[in-house]
Amino acid sequence: MAQIFHRSTNTLSKLSIFGAVFFLAGLGGIASLVIRSGFYTQIYVAREQPIPFSHKHHAGGLGIDCRYCHTSVETSSFAGIPPTKTCMSCHAQIWADSPTLEPVRASFRSDKSIEWNRVHKVADFVYFDHSIHITKGVGCATCHGRIDQMPLTRKQNTLLMEWCIGCHQHPEENLRPRSEIFNMAYEQPSASAPVVHRGESYTRQAALGAVLMEEYKVQSLTACATCHR
Amino acid sequence: MSDEHKPVPASEGENPFIGGEHTYATVTDKIAAIALARRTSKGWVLGFLFSFALMQLLLVAVGYLLYKGVGIWGINAPVYWGWAIINFVWWIGIGHAGTLISAILLLVRQEWRTSINRFAEAMTLFAVSCAGLYPLLHVGRQWFGYWLLPLPNTMRIWPQFRSPLIWDVFAVSTYATVSLLFWFVGLIPDLATLRDRAKVKFAKTMYGIFAMGWRGSAKHWYRYETAYLLLAGLATPLVVSVHTVVSFDFAVGIVPGWHTTIFPPYFVAGAIYSGFAMVLTLTIPIRAIYGLQDFITDRHLDAMAKVMLATGLVVAYGYMMEIFMAWYGGHPYDMYMVLNRMRGPYAPGYWALIACNIVIPQLLWSSRVRANAVFLWVLSLVINVGMWLERFIIVVTSLHRDFLPSSWGMYYPTKWDVMTFLGSIGLFLTLLFLFVRLLPVISIAEMRGMVSSPTDKEGGHH
Repeated sequence: MAQIFHRSTNTLSKLSIFGAVFFLAGLGGIASLVIRSGFYTQIYVAREQPIPFSHKHHAGGLGIDCRYCHTSVETSSFAGIPPTKTCMSCHAQIWADSPTLEPVRASFRSDKSIEWNRVHKVADFVYFDHSIHITKGVGCATCHGRIDQMPLTRKQNTLLMEWCIGCHQHPEENLRPRSEIFNMAYEQPSASAPVVHRGESYTRQAALGAVLMEEYKVQSLTACATCHR
Repeated sequence: MSDEHKPVPASEGENPFIGGEHTYATVTDKIAAIALARRTSKGWVLGFLFSFALMQLLLVAVGYLLYKGVGIWGINAPVYWGWAIINFVWWIGIGHAGTLISAILLLVRQEWRTSINRFAEAMTLFAVSCAGLYPLLHVGRQWFGYWLLPLPNTMRIWPQFRSPLIWDVFAVSTYATVSLLFWFVGLIPDLATLRDRAKVKFAKTMYGIFAMGWRGSAKHWYRYETAYLLLAGLATPLVVSVHTVVSFDFAVGIVPGWHTTIFPPYFVAGAIYSGFAMVLTLTIPIRAIYGLQDFITDRHLDAMAKVMLATGLVVAYGYMMEIFMAWYGGHPYDMYMVLNRMRGPYAPGYWALIACNIVIPQLLWSSRVRANAVFLWVLSLVINVGMWLERFIIVVTSLHRDFLPSSWGMYYPTKWDVMTFLGSIGLFLTLLFLFVRLLPVISIAEMRGMVSSPTDKEGGHH
C-alpha cells in the first residue's frame, strides 16, 4: 500500500504539538503587552485640544494653584473644568489680542463652552470621587503626574483597574500630609530629604504612611461596591 | 436485522454479548462500512437536515440574545434561574452515562460496555457542548465570559474562588477535556482502520491525520492500553465529582429546597439515570437502522435498563428524604416549600415528575419489559422528560416563593427559552448525525477483542 504521508510528517506533527504550546503562550503574552501599551491606554500621549493650553506655563511657570480653576476638587467627585470666565479673568487684560486665544474670546462672546477633549477617562460604571482622595491624603501629582511640567496635558498613568487596585490594596505607599496635596514638587520622605509632619521628621514613607493611615482613617477598600455601584 | 432478534444464551455462544457468527473481518467490515459507505442514505440526509434546521433556532435565539440581553428570557425577580440553568443541568447529567460506561465499567471489567462505549462517549461530548452553552449565555454580557477563567488580567482580580459557580467552570471544563481526550484516544486504532480501508484520497488523508501515524505495532498497543487505562482512572472521579459540583450550585445557597446535604449523591444518581435513558433513546433506533443487533444485543438493553432501575430508586430515595427532612427538621420554610411543590401553582409539574421518574419506571422490574426494545425506548423518553421536570421543579419552585410573601412571583418561559432549548437539541442531533456518518459508532478494535480469534473460528464453523 502506498504511503499517504511523506516521512517528514513525523517531524512536522511532533513539532506542531510542541510549537502550539509556545504559539499560544506567545499569543497570550502579546495580548497582555498590547492591552497595557500606550497604543491602547493612550498613556503619555498628549491630546489635541481646541486651544493648546499649557499646564506647564500656568501651574508651573506662573504658579497658579490647581484650585483656582478646578474649584470643586476638594468637595465634589468632579474636579471641575473652569468656565471661560475664569480664563477671561486674566486674558481680558493679558494677551488680549493673541490670535491663539481667539477661541477663548469667541466662547466668551457667544456664551458657548469650549469643548475640551477628555484626557482622563475612567472606565464605565466606575464612580470615582476626587474629594475623598484629596481628603485622605492623595496628592494631585500621585495620579496626574507632574502636570506643572506638561506643555500639553497627557495621562501619566494607565487608569487600568490593576492600577487602581494596586493603590487601594496598599494606600500607605502613596499618602502624603494634607498640606502637601497641591504641591507638585512634593517628594516622598528619604534620608536626605525628610518630610516633617506635626513636628515629627520622617525619613521613610512606610513610617509616614502608617501614621497618616491612622490619622486620616484611611482604609484599604477593595470590595467591588467601593467603585462599582 | 429484525427487532425480534433473540439474545444468544450464554451456554451457546462463546460470548453472550455478541450475536450471530462474527470474526475479526466481519466485525470490521460491518462497523467500518457505516462510516465508509460511498452513498449517503436518504434517511440520514433527511434526519441531518431536520437536525440542522432545528439548530438554526439556536442560532436565531442566541443572536437575538446577544443583541438584546437576557431580558428576552422569562427570568425575572424572584426567579433569576430559568430554563438556562435547568437545561444546563439536564444536558450535563445526560453526559454522565457516557463517562460511567467508558471509565467505571472499563475498570470493573464489564465487557458488555464495549458495544456502547464509543457511542455513549460521543453522546457525553455533545451533551457537554450543549450544557456548556447555557451558563455562558446566562452570564448576561457573554463577551466577558472569559472572566470566569483565572486569567492574568488588567483588573488585578481573580474570579471568586469561594463561589460554586466558579467550581462549576472548573468541573465542566475538566470534564469536557477528559471526555474529549478519552474519546479521541479510544478512536485512534479505529481511525487507522478507516484510513487503511478508505478509497477516497481526501478521506484517507483526514483519517490519516487523526490516526496520528498508528501502525498497530506491539509498542503502539502497549502505550495505547496504558494511556487508555490512565484516562479511565482520571475520568472515574469525574463521574461523581462533576454533578456533585453542579449540585453545589444549589446546595450552597441558603434557599429552602436547595440547601440540603443529600443533593450531591442524589444529583449524581439522577445524572446517571438520565444519561442511561438518553443512551437507550439513541441506541435503540440506531441499532435498528444500521442493523447492529449482533453487537448491541437485547442483553445490552437489559443491562442498561437494570442500571436505570437502580439509579431511579436512588433518585426516588432522594425525593423521599427531601420530604422527610422537611418534616423532621421542623423548619417552617422547608415544610412550606415541600407542600408548595405538591399543592402550589407548579403542582402538576411535580406530580408529572413523580410519575415519570418514580412510578412508571417501576415497570423495569419486569424482564418482559426489559426485553422489549420499543417499550424500553418509550420508557427512556419518559425518564428524559421526568429528569427535565425534576430540574424545573428544583430551580423554579424553590425560588418563586421567597422568604417574604411580598417578593413572591411566578415564572413563565418565553418563546426564546423554548427556541434555545429546541435549538440545543438540534445542535446535539446534528453532531450526532455527523458522528454516525463519519466515525465508527462502535469500537472496532475492542469488538475484535470480543470475538474469538480467527484461527479458532476457521476450524469450528458450526
